[in-house]
Amino acid sequence: MVSLKTSLCGIELDNPLIPASGTFGFGYEFAEIYDINMLGSFSFKGTTKDARFGNPTPRIAECKNGLINSVGLQNPGVHKVIENELPKLKSCFHKPVMANVSGFSVDDYVYTVKMLDSEPQIGWFEVNVSCPNVHGGGMSFGTSPEAAAQVTRAVKAVTSKPVIVKLSPNVTDIVAIAKACEDAGADGISLINTLLGMRIDLKSKKPVIANKMGGFSGPAIKPVAVRMVYQVYDAVKIPIVGGGGVESAEDVIEMMLAGASAVQVGAANLVDPMACPKIIEALPGVMEKYGIKDLKDIIGGAH
Amino acid sequence: MKDLIFNIKSNKQIAKNTYEMVLIGDCGDIKCGQFVNLKIEGFYLRRPISVCCVEGNELTLIYKVVGQGTEVMAQMTVGQSVLTLTGLGNGYDLTKCGEKPLLVGGGAGVPPMYQLCRELVYLGKTPSVILGFNSKDEVFYEDEFKALGANVIVATADGSYGVKGFVTDAFDMVDYTYFYTCGPEPMLKAVYNKSVSSGQFSFEERMGCGFGACMGCSCKTKYGNKRICKDGPVLEKEEIIW
Repeated sequence: MVSLKTSLCGIELDNPLIPASGTFGFGYEFAEIYDINMLGSFSFKGTTKDARFGNPTPRIAECKNGLINSVGLQNPGVHKVIENELPKLKSCFHKPVMANVSGFSVDDYVYTVKMLDSEPQIGWFEVNVSCPNVHGGGMSFGTSPEAAAQVTRAVKAVTSKPVIVKLSPNVTDIVAIAKACEDAGADGISLINTLLGMRIDLKSKKPVIANKMGGFSGPAIKPVAVRMVYQVYDAVKIPIVGGGGVESAEDVIEMMLAGASAVQVGAANLVDPMACPKIIEALPGVMEKYGIKDLKDIIGGAH
Repeated sequence: MKDLIFNIKSNKQIAKNTYEMVLIGDCGDIKCGQFVNLKIEGFYLRRPISVCCVEGNELTLIYKVVGQGTEVMAQMTVGQSVLTLTGLGNGYDLTKCGEKPLLVGGGAGVPPMYQLCRELVYLGKTPSVILGFNSKDEVFYEDEFKALGANVIVATADGSYGVKGFVTDAFDMVDYTYFYTCGPEPMLKAVYNKSVSSGQFSFEERMGCGFGACMGCSCKTKYGNKRICKDGPVLEKEEIIW
């Protein structure tokens, strides 16, 4: 018997699998085709203070081994999320869920976290300082250590739940930003968000995406994610949620060896809605193949 | 929604850049006006294709070769298996069809009209059908629609076959109380402006997942934001914002 259990900021997970925000809605689309309670948890759709339609379409461009998205944080706003989405989520998911929040000012983040803080099902906040698809917010907080620390401190002051900061890979020194978040009180680091990318259509000779650029994700970015998880693991003591291009049990193990305590699966959910159940099913066999009895034992094992 | 393996029974060219693929598999979940999402070897995202005909365990798709993915599809051979997400989208609401339904399809928007026509005929209606193409060499399924007993008018933009002009140029030739339409957005907009009754419009958009998770294909409607893949692709005339 092998053990898939892990823990994240003091909360036990049956397995390390956490579908990434923006690829899993509020869970119920996937609950139509499998029991999502088999997951470790999931990170729900990025929520902001006010409702957002997001960016113009086309928002999606295909790439070799990945895709670019420029959704732009479409969500109904925190009040409608509490009123409409969380009750539906609760009806199909009975474990602690990760609340992904985003904002355009420190006050926005604080407002949204305050609103959600009293929701009992929320286990962690995942503070997104790394969305590449909105101007004047999101990623601008995640590209400087000071700004990332400022958001972290402000959010920590209004919640007692664990705060995990989701970082952008579009920076020169991921370690400095991760350390700044840790020093500001973050309980965990989540990485990576998407890489800023672009595609141009040869027929129209114009960018495929209406907003020109977007976030690149999928298996093509996995080596970047593994590298960044590895670097950050060396530099911080708080747990890491690793993600970026994960689509197999082998990828989960690689991410944990790099230093992840839990693993996010993003783009894979979009091309195969059964991606997560397949990974969970495959994990015990792959663990046995590599002589792993307990997943917890391999966290950071590559160091 | 189901993710199923289908096998190719046939895959042949039926008009310029236009192919008909017949797949064998479990069609139990497939409704009129929905689409399926095909996994094509070598491509990351799936290809959403509208349902043209579903009969027993046979699913017919008609697709236009417009890029690298559909180029590969056109080369696929009999017996090959295709991983297919089925049961995607809302589909047409047939209960609103009225006494004299009109079906308007343009180019790659013609295929979903075929299953719709079959089902309306089954309900005892005699639909009028307007099919629009750029030119004669692109025309397909005229005889198939006629074989269902529908009144069929073909329009070509260059006048090389049938009525010269767009589908809307044939509107005055038919008597209708309700309509269904699918085609390129400029055509849908023209139908919206020309039509005198209520109706349903099937939209196209670049999609990520095809089942409502990624918000890649959202649009604004008078009834709030909708995802073309999940809340659509069919929208009612009254809710559309151009």
